[in-house]
Amino acid sequence: MREKVYMVPNQPTPNRAVDFNPDICNGCNRCAQICRNDVLMPNAEKGKPPIVLYPDECWSCGCCVQECNRPGAIEMLHPLNQSIVVIWKRKETGQEFRLGMKNPPAPNTRPAAG
Amino acid sequence: MTTWHEYLESGLPAPEWPYPVRYGSEIEVETDVLVLGGGIAGCHAAINAKRKGARVVLVEKGATKWSGHGGAGVDHWLNACTNPCSRITPEEFIESVSRDCDSYDCGPSLYINAQEAWETLLDIESMGVMVRDMNDEFKGAAFRDDETKLMFAYDYKNRIDIRVHGHNVKPCLYRELKRLGVEVHDRVMITGLLTEGGRQAARVVGATGVNTRTGEFYVFRGKASIVAMQAPGRLWTFSTEYRSMWNDLNNAGEGFAIAWNAGAEFVNLEKSWPAMITPFSYIPYGVGNTSNTWHGTPIVDTNGKEVPWLDRDGNEVRTAEERFEPSPGQKFILGPGQHVPHTYENDPKVLAPDLSERIRKGEFVLPLYADLTRLPEKERRAIFGLMVGNEGKTRIPVYDILTKAGFDPDKDMLQVPVLPVDAYNKTSGVNYWAGKAMPLLRAGAGGLLVDWDLRTNLEGLYGAGGTVSGAGAHSTAATGGRYAGRKAAAYALTAAEPIIDPEQVRKEKARVYGPLQQKKRSIGWKELNAGICRIMQDYCGQYKNQETLAAGLRLLRELREAECSRVYAATPHDLGRALECHTMITVGEMVIQACMVRKASNKFLSFSRIDYPAMDPPEWQKYLPIRLEDGEAQVRELPLDYHLRPPYAAGYEENYRIHCEL
Repeated sequence: MREKVYMVPNQPTPNRAVDFNPDICNGCNRCAQICRNDVLMPNAEKGKPPIVLYPDECWSCGCCVQECNRPGAIEMLHPLNQSIVVIWKRKETGQEFRLGMKNPPAPNTRPAAG
Repeated sequence: MTTWHEYLESGLPAPEWPYPVRYGSEIEVETDVLVLGGGIAGCHAAINAKRKGARVVLVEKGATKWSGHGGAGVDHWLNACTNPCSRITPEEFIESVSRDCDSYDCGPSLYINAQEAWETLLDIESMGVMVRDMNDEFKGAAFRDDETKLMFAYDYKNRIDIRVHGHNVKPCLYRELKRLGVEVHDRVMITGLLTEGGRQAARVVGATGVNTRTGEFYVFRGKASIVAMQAPGRLWTFSTEYRSMWNDLNNAGEGFAIAWNAGAEFVNLEKSWPAMITPFSYIPYGVGNTSNTWHGTPIVDTNGKEVPWLDRDGNEVRTAEERFEPSPGQKFILGPGQHVPHTYENDPKVLAPDLSERIRKGEFVLPLYADLTRLPEKERRAIFGLMVGNEGKTRIPVYDILTKAGFDPDKDMLQVPVLPVDAYNKTSGVNYWAGKAMPLLRAGAGGLLVDWDLRTNLEGLYGAGGTVSGAGAHSTAATGGRYAGRKAAAYALTAAEPIIDPEQVRKEKARVYGPLQQKKRSIGWKELNAGICRIMQDYCGQYKNQETLAAGLRLLRELREAECSRVYAATPHDLGRALECHTMITVGEMVIQACMVRKASNKFLSFSRIDYPAMDPPEWQKYLPIRLEDGEAQVRELPLDYHLRPPYAAGYEENYRIHCEL
């Protein structure tokens, strides 16, 4: 272990609120521009994803995802105390699934109506 | 490197605030109509004032393109009584709501809603929101009218609530604001109203604000102002760890506090109910339930045994479609979302109301599941694909996230949270099941008292949306904004030039920048917020008496003078949050004082006095409008049907025709 260790305060809860995929996000900051609570701050490094500065103020409205024009760049994350109990059962097989499980089933690709 | 912690660990110097900071610098803005709040009500207000020929400035704390309580989208549009398929007139509608709410919540706002909800929906359709089944996806469904392609919710026979694809409603409204040339100021938090000569109860001539990115101070001068903000949402409960997800953090109650300080009258502030959305809540509409959007969903127990749906007489409802039809002898079903308990007259079809007892007896075994597969395909698709897929707070948070994780409503059953057994009984007519109701934690209500012009008691000040008593739902906010926009424009076009009192501006500016002057080791906004909540929980909770209310008021005042005067802000963003604590203390004082003057328990207001336990004594069936005058709360009495008494006409329609400015 050669990593340098810093004194850092505890992470705010929820820890992340949203997660950026740096390979897809081009740092355009459209999401930061429209986030109602300014959860996201433009990155000092141009072209990089915004910094999630105030994850504890996220309303989980998903508007950042709706505003983003690069699909997959932002993933909205529910706090664990909410997602842990989103559970569903497949009628035919009786299998139980949950949001965030280790081996999730195949995605359902049907878009919303309209 | 996208989190603050990663940044710290990178060893780079702490990043500077990304926006230019200009504390103290002052920006002056002048207009005819000043709209305060850029949510649903504010956008409709600004658009309609502009259409009347007024110059319009809109000020929003977040970003108008998406913010506001209805900002993330809308899936069903309530009370469109004048749509071509409706079988209910606005008169029949208002009569029905009056019965349900003992006349407490059905002033001009709700009637205007019944009259204009359909026209307003056509308006947003013209801006690009899909309000019909244009792709013929639901052709032939019981809830669809094949001629107009409109689709209905809750009551398929009478057809006043319309299912819409409204996920993009805010970007459409925003584009229209821009097209019309409305001047929009985003990221500006309103801190106070300006009145003629700086006097309380005088004409409102503008407002002050602070930019929560740059710290700049704004002075807005307007001939008319419209308060179009949401009601306070974190007065009794606040936690960022166990979050109450329903209320946007921004809903601190500025609309209430600024109007109160200016001398505006409020009603029903004493109303509150046990908060369903407590710190122990679940993702709204993201777990098995039968409420609102999910109305009609079959519920089964862990062994697949279905819980029956019953009509208002306790008869079992056999088919899914019958869940959306009136009971025998019933005129129509009033959908949920009105925040009023249903009477027998309007009771919708519900899951067995004695479900809790039946679980206890072993008839149904937990956990329960919402089994959409039991519905006809189009009903299932309407609930999950159309409504969950378009509603604010569910398109991405529920539809997108759940389907990506593999949930398929054609194959899967969504679990209902495992709650205390009593919580499975219906509350307020719906089985919401997205939270454990806690009587200790209240959700507040009430708001501005308005007349048939949607004007307050103050000249130049109008109200729409959540700040107005009884006007909080999406379509009510839209119609209220639309109407208030017209009325404020009509007033502004002939009103005298507003004159601002520089002394009032100077004092407000000093107050606003106070939190920047404090030592960095003094208290921050989160801890202060939690302290305010504790006072409200303990001293203004489920059961009240004069002594504890008075003690609560004293504690709030002490908190304002001690801890709150030392609240510290490190950034312009922090400054906004710190000022929200000032706001919440004011709102707490308003609520407690309103509770102190109602010396009788009241069922509709969910208002229980230990010292006045008799429920609903007839002499207390009245409004108690309350306002601030020279630092003291002043109260008067007002009949519940004030809007149908002189100087107004005796009927809703007549008053509407006289005042509607169409």
